[in-house]
Amino acid sequence: MSTRFSNLECSTLFRVFAVPLLSLGLLSSAPCASAQAEHVPLISGGGGFVTSTNGGNTSYIPTIVPVLAAPLGPNLLIESRATLLEDFFPKGGGQGYDHTHFVGVSYIQADYFATSHLTVVGGYFLTPFGTYSERLSPIWISNLQDAPIISPLGTMGNSVLGGQVRGSAYSSSHVSLDYAAYYSGRSSNEQIVSQHATGGRFEAYFPQQQLEIGYSYGRVLQGTHSNSNGFHVWWTPQKLPLRVRSQYSHGAHSQGYWIETDFRLSKSGGEGSVIGRLEPVFRMQQTFRNSAGGDGLPAQDTQRADFGLDYHLPHEVRINTSYARQFSASGNKNVWETGIVYRFLFPTWKGK
Amino acid sequence: MMSIWKNISLGSLFVAAIPCLAQTAQPATKPAVKPAVHATTDQAGQVAFNNNCSRCHHAPEGFSPHIAGTIVMHMRARANLSKKDEQDILRFLNP
Repeated sequence: MSTRFSNLECSTLFRVFAVPLLSLGLLSSAPCASAQAEHVPLISGGGGFVTSTNGGNTSYIPTIVPVLAAPLGPNLLIESRATLLEDFFPKGGGQGYDHTHFVGVSYIQADYFATSHLTVVGGYFLTPFGTYSERLSPIWISNLQDAPIISPLGTMGNSVLGGQVRGSAYSSSHVSLDYAAYYSGRSSNEQIVSQHATGGRFEAYFPQQQLEIGYSYGRVLQGTHSNSNGFHVWWTPQKLPLRVRSQYSHGAHSQGYWIETDFRLSKSGGEGSVIGRLEPVFRMQQTFRNSAGGDGLPAQDTQRADFGLDYHLPHEVRINTSYARQFSASGNKNVWETGIVYRFLFPTWKGK
Repeated sequence: MMSIWKNISLGSLFVAAIPCLAQTAQPATKPAVKPAVHATTDQAGQVAFNNNCSRCHHAPEGFSPHIAGTIVMHMRARANLSKKDEQDILRFLNP
């Protein structure tokens, strides 16, 4: 995990993240407080303390992931999410611990609700490819600490700078169809790293079967142009506290899949009971290397099985534990992870 | 020596009492925070919530009612909600 981090100066954080958000929060307060009391800016997100023992080395990572959502009237929303963490990791050779900090903007974007079927997005946004990055990656949602191994495929580094159109194309009691399409430019700013790319996602949800299927496409338009394709299938039955999610992605140099299932034991006395707060999780994943390439996936074919057990405490606190066994030609290893996560959600000022 | 133990005991009692004091003071000082997603029988809203929100995350335990509009607006962009689903979920969260 620590390999993805980079050190940043606090002044950069303040300039790039804090100043725009504070300004937007102040700007949004004026029209909304008087005209639209229901559109109060909010601060949400999660905070956590996680540990990861990877191949015998244990890291300790306190994390805060704040989200700001600030409406500017009924049709315009400014939103942003950032990650702030400190990673304490062993130096090796019994030399104690070192640490590094990371501050990064996941997205900072404006959403304009043009029609009931069209939302126009501008700014730095999460790449609409697959399901994990946009829907499952927040620490207060993800069942397991680690992202699926194939998650870098098609996501262009997770976020891109450009424009996007998205929305619900059609919705009825039988089927919901939604879409997202984007075009992005290149940026090498320290916080706003982006590739020149295009792509999108289309998905169909069948409410009666509680089945969702989707297709994603991404094309890199800089350097050697390359395509990525992704398919996902989710089954989330409403009569059972069960969710089954899966995704397959294919890139220029590698491919792979993950399938994850979780089952909340709420049938045993309800969600608030001692047993009902438990949620076993299982994820199986495989990646296959077709040719050498820096796409973020392992250089060797890899298989991994994750066994997790989450416990939902009152007041939006959750304890996550998991064990994973990873098999690869470069070496097998065990990964033990634990964490406690708190999800917060509150208005920027007191309501009436 | 006794005064040290006395100070430690009083300090421990004070620390232990903070959550109790905070909890007893809460109803008088804070606006009512309702358990929004559990407190209504809006059928269309319940269906819209199950079909959209529950696919990714569990229902939140509760939040201040006057941010329901912003939450649903935020999720309309995040989850590609239709206008009707947005309105149903808003009515469900804040009837």
